[in-house]
Amino acid sequence: MAVEVMLPTVLRPHVGGAASVEADGTTVREVFDNLVAAHPGLDGQLVGEDGGVHKFVNVYRDDEDIRYLEALDTKLSDGDVVSILPAVAGG
Amino acid sequence: MGFATPTMRLARAHYELVVAHCLDGLPDEACGLFAGPLAQNDDGGRGDGLSTEPTGEITAVYLTTNADASARTYTVDSRELIKAMRDAEKAGGALVGVFHSHTHTDAYPSSTDVRQATYPEWIYALVSLKHPEPVLRAYRIRDGEIAEVAVEITG
Repeated sequence: MAVEVMLPTVLRPHVGGAASVEADGTTVREVFDNLVAAHPGLDGQLVGEDGGVHKFVNVYRDDEDIRYLEALDTKLSDGDVVSILPAVAGG
Repeated sequence: MGFATPTMRLARAHYELVVAHCLDGLPDEACGLFAGPLAQNDDGGRGDGLSTEPTGEITAVYLTTNADASARTYTVDSRELIKAMRDAEKAGGALVGVFHSHTHTDAYPSSTDVRQATYPEWIYALVSLKHPEPVLRAYRIRDGEIAEVAVEITG
């Protein structure tokens, strides 16, 4: 099951500069595990210490925030697009 | 500074929308997004060949919800963020910046702003409501470095 993962500028250096990468997995968690295995620089950037979506990133399946779906257990189908955007935040 | 900064060109009508949104948000911080065209063939020196550098022209302003509902911090609502991004892309541009208000401090990035500035190509505008007359200033923030961006209010 291959999905396309769109990466923001800040994460691209960890995947050789690419704006998107393909990864296998039937859930967002599996895709992230496979991504980190292939690109160790992403470790700790996508999943937080609490095991959930890292609080500084938003993850979308076809433009729907997975926090409003089943979070990291959100199911993926062939051809889905997972987009990662850093949270736009400050103080 | 180690990086070039474009001049931010903001139409008066957009400027007024931004300031009104910040005042409406009181006592909390308010936030929103800027869209505009990207310079062709300018990858910001990363070498990946992807055009990501804003020209500085602002063609749309999105007034967003501060998901933190806080007077001290802001987070642009995640669903409004992707919606604005797709809208900007549909118009042939991209999101090129963000603004937020400082209710009691100057229009200068706080240490939290610098730490959480994760869009190196963006323009970060601050609207200070410390004094009766709001003050808007803009910056780029990269690798902990702050560089002020000139702001031109047009029209």
